[in-house]
Amino acid sequence: MKLDIQGVIKALDAVGRSLAENKDYLTELDSAIGDADHGINMNRGFQKVHDRLTAGSYADLGAVLKDVGMTLMGSVGGASGPLYGTMFMKMSSRLAGREELDTPSLAEAVEEGLKGIVALGRANLQDKTMVDSLTPAVEALKRAASEGLPLEAALESAVEAARTGMESTIPLVARKGRASYLGERSAGHQDPGATSVFLILSAILETAREETA
Amino acid sequence: MKKLLNRVDDVVVESLAGLAAAHPCLVKLHPSVKAVLRADAPGDKVAVVSGGGSGHEPLHGGYVGYGMLDAACPGEVFTSPTPDQMYEAAKAVDGGKGVLFIVKNYTGDVMNFQMAADMLAGEGIAVEQVVVDDDVAVQDSLYTAGRRGVGGTVLIEKIVGAKAQAGGSLAEVKSLCERVNSQVRSMGMALTSCAVPAAGKPTFELGEDEMEIGIGIHGEPGRKRMKLKPAKEIVEMMAEAIVADLPFKAGDEVLAFLNGMGGTPQMELYLAYNDLANFLAGKGLKIARSLVGNYITSLEMQGFSITLLKLDEEMKALWDAPVETAGLRWGR
Repeated sequence: MKLDIQGVIKALDAVGRSLAENKDYLTELDSAIGDADHGINMNRGFQKVHDRLTAGSYADLGAVLKDVGMTLMGSVGGASGPLYGTMFMKMSSRLAGREELDTPSLAEAVEEGLKGIVALGRANLQDKTMVDSLTPAVEALKRAASEGLPLEAALESAVEAARTGMESTIPLVARKGRASYLGERSAGHQDPGATSVFLILSAILETAREETA
Repeated sequence: MKKLLNRVDDVVVESLAGLAAAHPCLVKLHPSVKAVLRADAPGDKVAVVSGGGSGHEPLHGGYVGYGMLDAACPGEVFTSPTPDQMYEAAKAVDGGKGVLFIVKNYTGDVMNFQMAADMLAGEGIAVEQVVVDDDVAVQDSLYTAGRRGVGGTVLIEKIVGAKAQAGGSLAEVKSLCERVNSQVRSMGMALTSCAVPAAGKPTFELGEDEMEIGIGIHGEPGRKRMKLKPAKEIVEMMAEAIVADLPFKAGDEVLAFLNGMGGTPQMELYLAYNDLANFLAGKGLKIARSLVGNYITSLEMQGFSITLLKLDEEMKALWDAPVETAGLRWGR
């Protein structure tokens, strides 16, 4: 099973809806260890993405994700804007010329996106950041690709890996971003960025299920 | 929580429109991005540009004008602005002598300004950046994002802005900016939280008898929470940490800056300044210049910060130089 251009746009709309529904939840997580704006900023960014994608017409997935990246970069702000913006820009470079998203191309693109995030934010695993949920998700996608799993099954394993990674941030002491100012006091809270990664992947999985059904 | 609002999403834009309407001789708004520009920009001088999340007013938009900033790029409340804002603002105020970005050390600000600098450099515009990191409440180590930029930013923008106004080259202005940053230290505290308009409720909870020491300017929790003490003890605890950090030594001339976080009355700020002046006198430090008031705020947070800058003759002269902005003005 694959997602075509319209399918990917539907998935991104689903991401927008999920972030809108979870706006207060993400902001609450951010209040505990950050500055109480992650949900607000991500919601604003993905509403802009929705507007942009609705207005655009696209010949390939690269162009879709490039618009997503540029829109997030210009509307989210904070650290999440450049980080998510870079992620989608890097993904777009891997998906240029493609009209369908399958497991291998998704794995490749998300891995490229993760590399972009690490290069920009210089976060390592266990720094209590989005990298903690995105890295295991990339590993799961690569494994799924090597096992020849269809997109839906690949996304299922990526979502589960991201969930585990997200929950693993709870006891960690933050070493990057605003939460790092808290030192030991950042332990005991789930990282908002790791959580938004999980929510984004979950929304894409939902769309993949609907499209298959 | 009550706030003066029309639509919560328009807080920043409407506030900027008000700033421009109130001070048409000083500032104008960029036609396409959220940025406050000097009314007479571009000038025949190095352009000094800063920016950051909104909610710290008068920083940064209130410091655009003669002798200080050429442009300020406000983000959403407590959220870094985006690269296109800094890029467009820099292009609008660049008079051919180059652009200096003054960036407070927060992960998002540093990343967004870096992207804008890369875009400008790609077009052949000379651009330099200095990252301000004066907050002694945060330990600078490999395991944090480094010290935050707080109160020292106001002093840096004034002194560096005066240098650019006086015709300093981009290299000179940048070097001065780094020097002032290396000589300035700050620490803040909060009696109450602030409330981000879009969140609609306080960012954190503090008990009636509690205070947060080492607070940042975004309501992000600080170094530790403790029982409220008399002002004198709070001032001494913070000033002691600041003095020990540089360290400031007996005989040093300092600029003592006691800043309100937005919700503390002037009466209390001067009361605290009195304690600070006594403390510094006891340490043998000479207050050569002072500033007391709400200059870098955290919305309606109650609390204050102390900033000490070790002065030299050039800094003193540049501090005294004329400035005309919405937030600071003298000598003109």
